[in-house]
Amino acid sequence: MTGLKRATQLLTTPFHARTSAANLQGRWGPWAGYRAALCFGDVDMEYTAIRNAASVYDLCPMVKYRFTGPDAEAYLDHLTVRNVAKLKPGSVHYTLWCDDEGKVLDDGTLLRHGPQEFLLSCQERHLPWMLDAATGYDVTIADVTTEIAALSLQGPTSAAVLRLAGWDVSDLRPFRMLKVDFGGAELTISRTGFTGDLGYELWTSADHALPLWDHLMAAGALHGIRPIGTDALNLARLDAGFLIANVDFIPADQALRHDRARSPFEIGLDWLIDWTKGHFNGRRALVAERAAGSEWAMVGLDIEGNVSAEGSILYLGKKKEVGYITSAAWSPSAKRSIALAQIRRPYHESADIWVEIYAQRELQYAKLMLKADQTARPFYEPARRRTTPPQAF
Amino acid sequence: MIYDAVIIGAGHNGLVAGSYLARAGMTVCVVEKNDWVGGAAVSRELHPGFTYSNCSYVSSLFRPEIMRDLELPRHGLQILPFEGGAVLTEDGDYLGMHRDHDANRREFARHSLRDSEAYDRYARDVQRHCRFIRPMLMRTPPDPARFRPRDVAELAWLARKMFELPEAQIAEMIRFWTMSISDYLDQYFENPVIKAYLAVSAIIGTALGPMSPGSAYVLLHHYMGDVDGNVGAWGFARGGMGAVTKALTASLQAAGGEVRMGSGVDRVLVSNGRATGVVLDNGDEIRGRRVISNMDVKRTFLKHVEEKELPGEFVDRVKKFKIRGSSGKLNIALDSAPVFPALPEGSTHIRGDLHFTDSIARMERAYDDWKSGTFSRDPFQDVMIPTMIDPTMTPPGKHFMSCFVQYAPPKIHGGEWTDADRDAFGKTCLDQLEAYSPGFKDRVLHVEVRTPRELEAEVGLTEGNIFQGELTFDQLLFNRPVPGYAQYRSPVKDLWICGSSTHPGGGVMGAPGRNAAAEILREAGQIKGMRDAYPVL
Ligand SMILES: Cc1cc2nc3c(=O)[nH]c(=O)nc-3n(C[C@H](O)[C@H](O)[C@H](O)COP(=O)(O)OP(=O)(O)OC[C@H]3O[C@@H](n4cnc5c(N)ncnc54)[C@H](O)[C@@H]3O)c2cc1C
Repeated sequence: MTGLKRATQLLTTPFHARTSAANLQGRWGPWAGYRAALCFGDVDMEYTAIRNAASVYDLCPMVKYRFTGPDAEAYLDHLTVRNVAKLKPGSVHYTLWCDDEGKVLDDGTLLRHGPQEFLLSCQERHLPWMLDAATGYDVTIADVTTEIAALSLQGPTSAAVLRLAGWDVSDLRPFRMLKVDFGGAELTISRTGFTGDLGYELWTSADHALPLWDHLMAAGALHGIRPIGTDALNLARLDAGFLIANVDFIPADQALRHDRARSPFEIGLDWLIDWTKGHFNGRRALVAERAAGSEWAMVGLDIEGNVSAEGSILYLGKKKEVGYITSAAWSPSAKRSIALAQIRRPYHESADIWVEIYAQRELQYAKLMLKADQTARPFYEPARRRTTPPQAF
Repeated sequence: MIYDAVIIGAGHNGLVAGSYLARAGMTVCVVEKNDWVGGAAVSRELHPGFTYSNCSYVSSLFRPEIMRDLELPRHGLQILPFEGGAVLTEDGDYLGMHRDHDANRREFARHSLRDSEAYDRYARDVQRHCRFIRPMLMRTPPDPARFRPRDVAELAWLARKMFELPEAQIAEMIRFWTMSISDYLDQYFENPVIKAYLAVSAIIGTALGPMSPGSAYVLLHHYMGDVDGNVGAWGFARGGMGAVTKALTASLQAAGGEVRMGSGVDRVLVSNGRATGVVLDNGDEIRGRRVISNMDVKRTFLKHVEEKELPGEFVDRVKKFKIRGSSGKLNIALDSAPVFPALPEGSTHIRGDLHFTDSIARMERAYDDWKSGTFSRDPFQDVMIPTMIDPTMTPPGKHFMSCFVQYAPPKIHGGEWTDADRDAFGKTCLDQLEAYSPGFKDRVLHVEVRTPRELEAEVGLTEGNIFQGELTFDQLLFNRPVPGYAQYRSPVKDLWICGSSTHPGGGVMGAPGRNAAAEILREAGQIKGMRDAYPVL
């Protein structure tokens, strides 16, 4: 029994001692084999911390790969669609990678720690594929997921919290990193995040996790710092218009039904592709798709009314089925009912898109057919997200 | 230049109306007497580095449809839900509020096991009333004395909504709309502290006591709003309540509207029975195809329109419109967070509304003082410290405290308030705070004390009534402000009224301004850019 328990029990992250003490209602969910807090007790207040003060989110379950070696840059350039040569040491970029058919495998952030050292943080696991692709490159690939403790500190007062913690981030621009010393260990602070607000991600070694947590909480005491769970983060990321693998698209190597795979064009991320940099994985297929056109489009929708359209189907002129919602919510920040949706081309350009919502109220369904207008993403974008030096709140 | 619309007053309703009109393509000029916008939704820095919510201090009623139409989030508006709240009792205990249902039930049970379980039925019943009233907020009331098709259709809609309900509920509703909150709560609860907490919403801004018939409706008026669909919940506007009118001003200006501050309207120009513009105190004249007043109905018609332009019966009704003030306010800058020893250390209660009136009887006694023409010696205070949540209003660790106080009469023993009266009122409130939070006074950096006199002088609220007129049943719906003129029009052609004196009444709600704009645009054949109320499912 204990053997079975050991084998199947969800793992805990290096922050567990603190997150479990703070989780008032035992609301945990599995995330990549880890026990992740869905909510610490009040999702509204947690979401509010992201948009009003400072929030702390445990990022440890994110999969992290380290790439080192003289060919690391060339290798990653080949692997991913964006131009890695343009990524300077000390910088971060958001990127994605495709299979040979030009279908998306995953997206993630690539941190360049040095000329020959990178860290890739993503949702899904790709080790065999990455190792296979490394043939002929002088690059070492390591799964460092368990070695690194990562925390996301997001919200308008996050820069003020870091300053009180002893780290001046006033010159740190979006997508840049700063390395500081923390209790003898190296701590990387990157101005990145998944909330579309002012925010930072902090990366250190797993054995420094708890001191880092305590240090931040103390520094943020007067700045409204609060641990948040996945539910609140998910709402904020939707405001920001960010996609999640296996929510907004199915990674090509996991798709059982082959028509479920999507190209970067089809999830609105073709802007990441550098067509000039030479060959990269999936390029041939993507060049062909660029010429021939794609089947799907990812759009942002502004839906009338205030009922979330999660899991709904889209219609052209209330009749012809043309797509589906991948994520939706009432956005407390945008004060709009927002959604990410897949629409079959060319209907993605139609102004006559409707969403059919089945809203369950006290067991019975109210059926609604609501107008869905295309709208720009991010759905909500406060100026403080990009301002450098950062605002005080 | 002749504007399509000249609006008197940059209160939130004037700004809402102006923004809608500007978005529909009209040229708009809003004239404000003060050097700042906002009316009773205003934030000023009265102590260096401290932003106040000088009048209104919490948000729930502001219609989300309006925020969306006018793109207020893009113009900087953020509403923050808050947690917490407590009544501190005279015997040193407290009743604390929790957002979590079961935590709240356990806390109620500490005071009365029976009441803790009665709360759900009470909450459901109040929600039922809310569901009935919410769809009415963004509709122009019908005029039952006329037989125009729209009035008939609207009356029929109202009747249908009413008769959709089972008979027992219709009876219940009519009872509710006319009852006292004390009688209403007695149907559910036995514990005085629980009743005292729940009765609060029924007396806020009202010249009624908890035992006065009609006070139950006022409770509903405070419950029918929401924060992101959470009906009955309240929140803070990030940056103080002035953030609401700041965002509205930005939205108005983005749509091409103008705001002129610093000189008020002396009188409305009327020629041949039509409003043609306004003359300001400084003598400037601003011409408009229509004039829309955000001032209360009394101020508008009794002070700024020549009486000869108005029918006698109308003037008489306006004179009799009930607008008795009942509230005062202390705005306090604090050097550090106050400590309330009764509250458990580290609890979230201090982040919400704090009260010291622990029984309905005490509340009623406070009202007795008002009736006898003086401020309450043992006042009711609704105390909030928004900076417990909002980082933008004060430096970290410092706080802004808003104390809404009842009761304070428009006149003291029939005479005008003096500075000494005001200071005595302020001292009474501060003494009460000190009693529940020893050392409180030492933390105080600055206090703004506002009685009905100050509210009237600054905001123009006649008699200091915070809702631009009492929310009693005889002054609601098609009777607000006066029968025959509930559709934002006046006896003077092209002179409109859009403030809280009109349906659906006071509070930072925006609905009066929005509904007035809808009527104006409908008449001009230009209605657009205005969504209907979200359906109640
Ligand atoms: C102390 C207090 C606390 C309150 N608390 C809350 C609360 O927490 N939550 C809530 O929802 N509601 C609250 N209210 C009620 C709410 O603030 C008001 O009902 C609402 O703000 C009124 O808005 P309005 O636009 O209708 O009118 P007003 O805000 O009264 O605007 C009228 C405007 O007209 C201007 N004006 C007056 N005369 C002239 C003139 N001659 N020329 C030019 N301009 C003129 C005034 O300066 C003002 O700007 C409170 C009110 C007060 C006073």
